[in-house]
Amino acid sequence: MTITLDLARERQKVKVMDISGGWGIRQRLGCLGIHPGDVVTVKKSAIMRGPILISIHGNQVALGRGIARKVVVEAE
Amino acid sequence: MKIALMGQPNSGKSTIFNHVAGYKAVTSNFPGKTVEYTLTKFKLFGQVAELIDLPGTYSLTSFDLAELEARKYLLKGNVDVVINVIDASLLSRSLELTLQLLELKLPMVICLNMIDEAERKGIKIDFEKLSEILGVPVMPAIALKGRGIKELFSTAYKIGEEKRIGRTLNFSKEVEEVITHLSTQIKKKQINQEFNVPKRFLALKYLENDNYFMENFKNKEKGIFKQIDYFQNLLREVHGRPPDVVISSERHHLSMNIYESVVLLTKPHTSLIDYMDNILMHPLLGYVSLGLIFYLFFNLIFSVGKMVEEPLLDYFYRLIPLIEKSINPNTLLFSIISGIIQGLAGGIAIVLPYLFPFLFGLAILEDLGYLPRIAFLLDAFLHKIGLHGKAVIPFILGYGCTVPAIMATRILESGRDRFIASVLTTMIPCAARMTIIFALVAFYISPQAALAVYILNIIVIIISGKILSRLLPEVTPGMILEIPAYHIPSIKVALAKTWLRMKEFIFIAWPLLIVGSTILSLLQYYKMDMLINKIFSPLTSLLGLPLVVGTTLVFGILRKELSMLMLIQAIGTSNVGAVMSATQIMTFTIFVIFYVPCVATIAVLWKEIGSKRTLFTVAFTFILATILATITRFVY
Repeated sequence: MTITLDLARERQKVKVMDISGGWGIRQRLGCLGIHPGDVVTVKKSAIMRGPILISIHGNQVALGRGIARKVVVEAE
Repeated sequence: MKIALMGQPNSGKSTIFNHVAGYKAVTSNFPGKTVEYTLTKFKLFGQVAELIDLPGTYSLTSFDLAELEARKYLLKGNVDVVINVIDASLLSRSLELTLQLLELKLPMVICLNMIDEAERKGIKIDFEKLSEILGVPVMPAIALKGRGIKELFSTAYKIGEEKRIGRTLNFSKEVEEVITHLSTQIKKKQINQEFNVPKRFLALKYLENDNYFMENFKNKEKGIFKQIDYFQNLLREVHGRPPDVVISSERHHLSMNIYESVVLLTKPHTSLIDYMDNILMHPLLGYVSLGLIFYLFFNLIFSVGKMVEEPLLDYFYRLIPLIEKSINPNTLLFSIISGIIQGLAGGIAIVLPYLFPFLFGLAILEDLGYLPRIAFLLDAFLHKIGLHGKAVIPFILGYGCTVPAIMATRILESGRDRFIASVLTTMIPCAARMTIIFALVAFYISPQAALAVYILNIIVIIISGKILSRLLPEVTPGMILEIPAYHIPSIKVALAKTWLRMKEFIFIAWPLLIVGSTILSLLQYYKMDMLINKIFSPLTSLLGLPLVVGTTLVFGILRKELSMLMLIQAIGTSNVGAVMSATQIMTFTIFVIFYVPCVATIAVLWKEIGSKRTLFTVAFTFILATILATITRFVY
C-alpha cells in the first residue's frame, strides 16, 4: 500500500517509492540519503502539523509536513 | 601551498581549522553554521601555507548561498590540495560528495573525523581498503581532541607536492556509456575549459540539469544542448526516472557498495545522551523543556549578572568623588576624565557581568546540538509567519549578535525567506540590548518586567512576521534539516567561543565607548548637546523621556549598548533609578530595542538584502519603535 510519508505512523518503517516534488526537492533529499528504494523509519511527528523526524542510514532528518507529503512510500 | 577543507555540513571542518589557526572560526553542532570561507596562514614544513575553511556542502550541486560559495571557491582552480572531511559515523552518505570531488580531479586527502563517535555507533572502518578503492590517502582523526591532525596535514602536504589525484569510479554500464558519449562531445567543443573542470564532471552536471552550468550557455551552444536533451531522454526512458535521479541513484549505489565493503558493523554502545530526544523532542515534553531551559537560562544570566554588577558599581560610585577632590570639577579635563570613567564603569560593571554568562550559555546550547531541535519544535509556528523551522537558527543567534545572525539567514533557500528573516532578526534583542534589558529593567524594576520585555518582543516579531509575509505572499519551500547527534560540549571550546565573541565587545565597543564618552563630554562642556537634544525633543517629549536622552540615541546607532552607557553619562550618575521613573526606564528600553539597527547591522543588511530593503528595514523599525514606546509610556 502506498501512502505519503506525512501519513506514516510513529515508529513505522517504510520504503521510499518516489519523490513527487521538483528537481530541487529531489536533489536535496538525495543529498541527505533519501532516494527511491531507501528504507526510512518515522521516529517522531510534531504537533500542529509540524515536521516529522525520520531516521535514515543511521542519521536523523527533520522534514517539514509539505516536504513529507511529496515523498511516496510503501509500508513494510 | 593552498589547502582547502571541504566536506558535508557539521563534519568538523571548522574544528580542524581552529586547531591550526587558534579559535578563529565559530564552531557549533548544527549543519550550516559556516556561511563564508575563513582563511588562515600557517607554517607547514617551513613553508607558509594557506588553509581555507569552506562552508559545508552536501553535494557539488548547490542550493543555498553558503554551499554555492564553497563550490565557487573550489572551481576557481587554485587550490593545491583538498582535504575532504568526513563524519565517519555518516560514511555512506558522505561518500556521495567524495565521489563528486574525485570527479574534479584535484589532489585530495580524506580525513575520517569523529572515528570515536563512529565506533560508539558500532561502525568500524577499514581505512586501508577505503584508500585503495578511492586512490587517495584516508587519515583517521578526532578533531575535537586534536588527534590525527598533524598526520593529516603532513599527508596533505605530500599529496599537494606530488599533485596526486584519486581514482574516478565507474557507474553501471549503460549510464557510463551515456556519460562517455556526452563527455566526448563536450571535449570536442572545449566547453569544459570555459568552466575549468574535467569533461566527465561537466557531462554529469549536464545530465543532472545543474542550473549553474546550464544558464548563460544554453543559447551559445545550441548543438550540445540538443545532445544533452537526447541523452537525458535516453536515461529517462531506460530507467523510468528523471535523469538527475538516475545519476544520484548511481552515486548512491556506488557509495553504499563501497561502504559495505569497508565497514564492519558491531553492536552500538548507547548512552544516556541518545535518549535525550525522547524528552527534548517529545510532542508535549519537548515544549515544556524548551520553556524551562530558556527560563532557567534567563535566571542564570540575571543572578550571575546582578551578583557581579552591584559590587562593581559601588566601586565606581566611590571613584568619582575621589577625582573631584584632585581635579577642579569645572574644568574641561574633569569632564573628559569623569566621562571616560563613567563610560568604562558602564562597560565593565554593567555590560560584562551579563554578557559573559549569556554567551557562555549560548555556546553550550549550540555545541550540545540543541538548536536544530528547536527548529523541529517550532517549524509549525514559523509557518504561521511565512517561514520554516530553519529560520530559528538565525533568530537564536540573533540573541547573541545581529551581524552573524543575518549572515546565517543564508541557510534559508529562498530570497524572500532570507529577507523576512533578516528584518525580524534585527528586532531580536542582541547581547548588547540584552545588557540594557538586564541592567536597567531587571535591575531597577524587576526580573519579571525584564521577562515581560522579552515576551513582548517575541509577540511583536510574530506580528511583524505576519505583516511581512502578507506583503510577500510566496510559499516557503519547507524545511529539510539534518538533526545531528548530541555532543557533550567541551568547556574549553565553549570558553574559546565565548572569548571570541566577547573580544568584539572589548576591542571594538570599549574604544568606541571611550571616544564616545570624550565626544559627549566635549559636547556637554561647550553646551552643544543642547542642540542635538533640541532636534530630538519632539521624539523625547512624545515618549516622555528626559531631554538628555536625545544625544544618547544617536550614539546608540553606533552600538546599541552605547545608548545606555551614554545615558549614564548624560544624566550624570550610574544610579539611573534615581533620575528616571520606572515608566521612563521601560519606555527607553522598548524604544532602544526596536529602533534602527546598529551601524554594523546596517552594513551587513546592505550586503545581504540590498540598499532598498535595508532602508525599508531602518524606516520600519524606527516607526515600530516609536509606536511601541509611545504605547508603553501611556500604558505601563
